[in-house]
Amino acid sequence: MDWALLLEWFLKSLVLIFGLLGGFAYTTYYERRWIARLQVRVGPNRVGPLGLLQPIADAAKLIFKEELTPAKVYKTVFFLSPLLTMVPSLVIAAVIPLGTSFTLGGRTIHMYLANINVGALYLMSVASIAVYGIVLAGWSSNNKYAMLGGLRSTAQMISYELTLGLMFVAAILLGNSMSMVDIVEGQRDMWFGAIQPVGFVLFFIATLAEVNRSPFDMPEAEQELTAGYHTEYSGMKFALFFMAEYQKMIVVSMIGATLFLGGYRELWFLKDTFLSVDRAWFLGPFYLVAKVFLLLGLMIWIRAAWPRIRYDRLMSLGWKVLVPLSLAVIFLTAAGILIESSWFILISSLLAAAVAVAFIQRALRRKAYEFA
Amino acid sequence: MNIDFILFLVLALAAIATALGMLLSRNAVYSALFLVLNFAVVAVFYLLLGAPFIAMAQVTVYAGAIMVLFLFVIMLLGADELAPGKALPWQRPLAATLAVVLVIEAAYLLLARGAPSGLVTPPTEYTNSTESLREMALALFGQYLLPFEITSILLLVAMVGAIVLAKQEKGGRR
Repeated sequence: MDWALLLEWFLKSLVLIFGLLGGFAYTTYYERRWIARLQVRVGPNRVGPLGLLQPIADAAKLIFKEELTPAKVYKTVFFLSPLLTMVPSLVIAAVIPLGTSFTLGGRTIHMYLANINVGALYLMSVASIAVYGIVLAGWSSNNKYAMLGGLRSTAQMISYELTLGLMFVAAILLGNSMSMVDIVEGQRDMWFGAIQPVGFVLFFIATLAEVNRSPFDMPEAEQELTAGYHTEYSGMKFALFFMAEYQKMIVVSMIGATLFLGGYRELWFLKDTFLSVDRAWFLGPFYLVAKVFLLLGLMIWIRAAWPRIRYDRLMSLGWKVLVPLSLAVIFLTAAGILIESSWFILISSLLAAAVAVAFIQRALRRKAYEFA
Repeated sequence: MNIDFILFLVLALAAIATALGMLLSRNAVYSALFLVLNFAVVAVFYLLLGAPFIAMAQVTVYAGAIMVLFLFVIMLLGADELAPGKALPWQRPLAATLAVVLVIEAAYLLLARGAPSGLVTPPTEYTNSTESLREMALALFGQYLLPFEITSILLLVAMVGAIVLAKQEKGGRR
């Protein structure tokens, strides 16, 4: 056994886990401040300078809150489901590369926990497991609202997982590998998001649905379902759901950045300058964090700007628009790779997206006639 | 006693325990959950045998998609609590007979054909490289193209059938 290797893995895992936990705390702060700004409010600014200690105060509050267990819940599952939600949102980050490598005391240390050849598939499988926590929380609470939230989330995640998986395929095709490190290195000359912007947008929409963010926050729609699947949870168990939701946001942003926005790599036209990660390894994590920050900001902005989509429209959008469009995008990507032209991929998939948008437009206009 | 063997024993016990749990639970949701655990254990078996692709596919397809749908249906129909009703009268003897036949067959195969050199024999290192994915894809879309396509047509037929059935039940609501 190589003890140094074990220690390295251990330290990397610690960095990843604490990074995500700290990231969770400050994503809530980021969200509250940014939404406040968008709604012309001030937001939390009392605890510490600029309100920066607010997340810590919130954590202390949640830890000391009373925890209630309703009498008629299915106990085992009720206790397990917050963990089942939390754990996938942490372990999924294991295959995401945070940077290149550096040498420390004669060892080359790569900035990823694992580089497995089926990295993309690992992400898919962990993401598909994540739904269990929510469904089981809904079922085990023995509460109609919670149950409805759980049911909604199942149907929603199954539907949007298809688009998500197909967009993984698009990135895999462009990167010619299932390993995340290879996919990032394949974006040295051009980000996949620039070759295939439609793919990136589809991926982003699917991830919004997958992490139950507005406008797809059906499982916890406050006005309809009280609080959805976590209605019966309180105290630290509720906090675990809360943490999982924000960690999922961070992780899907990391995945989106890795697959389509060059991961830890610099902007593609900076590749030969001193800003390149090939010259300065320590810039890698900064680039990734900057991209994650931007994507999170976009998610929060969408929450502030758009109302929740109606449930039947959610399903129609998923099955009638996004799935066919993703299939078309994959076909066009593969065709473009075959004839070795990235312009073909860009233009043809933009055309396909235009057709889809026109289709939505027409369907909505016809609906408007019917109701007028 | 190498570590693979110990792992195999533990996992085998877990697989049997979860399978039994699935059969013996009176609550359909618990049964489904035990089945999910069983799939997860089988996925770890694949990992142990050096087939990460199949392991991940197992988790994604069975645990992640199919069992979620099962749970969805169980919850939607409220069929989680099983009434202690009577089983079909001929079911028990038939099941017992079939189980005995299966055990005899398995024992015969194990004893007559002889066990392979070890209980767990990981294939070469080659299978763990990126090349193995390529090899598998080539085999799937080259040598086994016809069975592959037939399987997909079969799934398509099943899907169309399900949609037709669902449509008819709704009737004139549209």
